[in-house]
Amino acid sequence: MLLDIENLTTIFRTRRGVVRAVDNVSISIKKGEFVSIVGESGCGKSTLAHSVMKLIDHPGEILGGKITFDGLDLLSLSDEEMRKIRGDKIGMVFQNPMTSLDPLEKVGDQISETIMEHMNVTKKEAWQMAREMLEKVGLQPERVDSYPHQLSGGQRQRVMIAMAISLNPKLLIADEPTTALDVIVQEKIMDFLEDMKREGRAVILITHDFALAAERSDRIAVMYAGWLVEMGDAEALTNDPLHPYTKGLIQSVPDVWMDKEIKPLPGFPPDLINPPEGCRFRPRCPNASEMCMREPPEVEVDGRVVKCWLYG
Amino acid sequence: MLRVENLKKYFPVQKSALEVLLSRRRDFIRAVDGVSFEMKRGEVLSLVGESGCGKTTTGRIIVGLERPTGGKIYFKDREISSLSEEEQRKMKKYIQMVFQDPYASLNPRMKVGEHLVESLTIHGIAGNEEAKEIAMSMLDRVGLPGEQFYNRMPYQLSGGQRQRVAIARAMILKPEFVVADEPVSMIDVSLRAAILDLLMSFKEEYNLSMLFITHDLSVARIVGDRIAVMYLGKIMEMGKTREVIHNPKHPYTAALLSSVPSFLKKERRVEIIGDIANPIDIPSGCRYHPRCPFAREKCKKEEPELVCEEHSFACHFPLEGGF
Ligand SMILES: Nc1ncnc2c1ncn2[C@@H]1O[C@H](COP(=O)(O)OP(=O)(O)OP(=O)(O)O)[C@@H](O)[C@H]1O
Ligand SMILES: Nc1ncnc2c1ncn2[C@@H]1O[C@H](COP(=O)(O)OP(=O)(O)O)[C@@H](O)[C@H]1O
Ligand code: SF4
Ligand code: SF4
Ligand SMILES: [Mg+2]
Ligand SMILES: [Mg+2]
Repeated sequence: MLLDIENLTTIFRTRRGVVRAVDNVSISIKKGEFVSIVGESGCGKSTLAHSVMKLIDHPGEILGGKITFDGLDLLSLSDEEMRKIRGDKIGMVFQNPMTSLDPLEKVGDQISETIMEHMNVTKKEAWQMAREMLEKVGLQPERVDSYPHQLSGGQRQRVMIAMAISLNPKLLIADEPTTALDVIVQEKIMDFLEDMKREGRAVILITHDFALAAERSDRIAVMYAGWLVEMGDAEALTNDPLHPYTKGLIQSVPDVWMDKEIKPLPGFPPDLINPPEGCRFRPRCPNASEMCMREPPEVEVDGRVVKCWLYG
Repeated sequence: MLRVENLKKYFPVQKSALEVLLSRRRDFIRAVDGVSFEMKRGEVLSLVGESGCGKTTTGRIIVGLERPTGGKIYFKDREISSLSEEEQRKMKKYIQMVFQDPYASLNPRMKVGEHLVESLTIHGIAGNEEAKEIAMSMLDRVGLPGEQFYNRMPYQLSGGQRQRVAIARAMILKPEFVVADEPVSMIDVSLRAAILDLLMSFKEEYNLSMLFITHDLSVARIVGDRIAVMYLGKIMEMGKTREVIHNPKHPYTAALLSSVPSFLKKERRVEIIGDIANPIDIPSGCRYHPRCPFAREKCKKEEPELVCEEHSFACHFPLEGGF
């Protein structure tokens, strides 16, 4: 296993109370694997990714669990050691590209600075590498001279990816890298992520687009209200979802090629400070029963992990 | 209901004073560059295309938020720009818009209910007291119980709830024509279906015509009677939704379709080369030719016409065989 997340719990202490954003989640990823994490907004996807990068700041805290990456116990590393892992071994593309690029600095400077922080190269060499990286993600190398505001949303997002891969990481985490972009740019970025996978790296894609996850990943993990509710082979999980939440999500989205009845999921995800007792999906679940007043167990069904009393 | 003829919108390019002195030529962004279509009462037309192709600009011109550089718009057979100001103001009531970004389209200092009341009073439809009553029942109608939501401020609402307010504000005037600009693209997937349901229920109730702007063809499939595909300010293909999706004639439509994520495996793929061209410098001949895998000599020289039939397309060498 390249990455092994075991029983991870990450919370935020807010004035209103404790938000259990990631609650006892276990996921592992092999080299050359493409795993998508899907779920509605606020269900803990980004928090999970930030936990792996150890980028959880006050008022957040990783409360428990273990994260092993490439044989290293990440939670026991010092800040200094972790800084080397970030970028060097694990690259991350953040959800909001405009806030993560410095508006006053040329794209080339931003990429080459990242490179120089981690590698022993001259400014000139780093600049040359930045050009190569831009070319890799389908931008013209001359874009090194552009400022972020001179680029379109899709181009900025590709700059972010170029930066994340500039150090040749073994694992790339992309947090909704294409949500604001049109399908054509999205396809280019996804093709690129798949190339990375083919080179033997691992990719974690965070998305709320189920069809996108189905199309691109080997495995899909579905999160709901801080819980991992279902995880398994992408094709099997999409064709035959087990958890009522997974079923509901798939039913709520249209498909360009299919006539299907679109059913909105009723209600909203719960407030994580005060989640419903028992199964957190209970208030929205068409299959809820008496039993669901207790927390469902995580069980394995046909090689799939499901957290639901229907299978427990 | 609505007829648009050869609509154009050119934006002047901002330049420094020196550049202006040196070049003398004024450059224009040709955001909309000759768009024509017709819509019947009760019809939904989806306008699709990649970012920057001119969809929003087209919609903004139709609702009167932007002055066209050229072309004519007929609403119920009367040309809008020929009407008196008074008549134009009256007409605005019947043409409403729902914007893409529910965070930007509401006034952060105004209560939810006040948005609706303002909409009614500006058009002189109701006095304050009556407007408030209508607003309350409208909020109920869009799933935001008036008792709970009338006095809330926009920052207290989620994106989906804000979009419901924006829809309520547009629909409270009982419009006959609505431009919906990517009304669900910034909303969580699981909430999209409910918002689309809501829009469609108004469409049924008022027998609305709707120009539905989206870059997501899977959404276009469920909302629109017809689809118009736009590229660099022009319509490339237009026809019945199913016909365009299953039997695209234009290589650009086919490329868009190939890149939509789907639960089904794709059987056929059509490529698209590089990035969208600069709308200041529109390519000669067929404006799509630098990105078209099927381009030939003729495509660089002659601009294909949009043949006007039930299924129309602007291409010298249309695709055969369907998807
Ligand atoms: N006020 C303006 N001044 C200058 N250029 C503009 C203005 N508004 C739009 N444009 C340009 O016109 C072109 C079309 O823009 P428009 O917003 O209509 O695209 P769109 O198809 O709605 O794209 P998206 O899918 O990103 O919303 C773009 O090149 C854009 O940069
Ligand atoms: N810095 C923070 N302070 C307090 N709560 C937070 C913070 N970041 C995230 N949360 C909360 O944690 C939960 C999960 O958020 P997030 O991981 O961003 O979800 P997702 O990425 O799935 O949309 C949400 O309830 C969110 O409000
Ligand atoms: S445990 Fe019960 S409430 Fe929860 S998803 Fe399963 S059936 Fe529904
Ligand atoms: S006219 Fe030529 S370049 Fe244009 S879309 Fe058709 S085949 Fe391609
Ligand atoms: Mg997130
Ligand atoms: Mg737009």
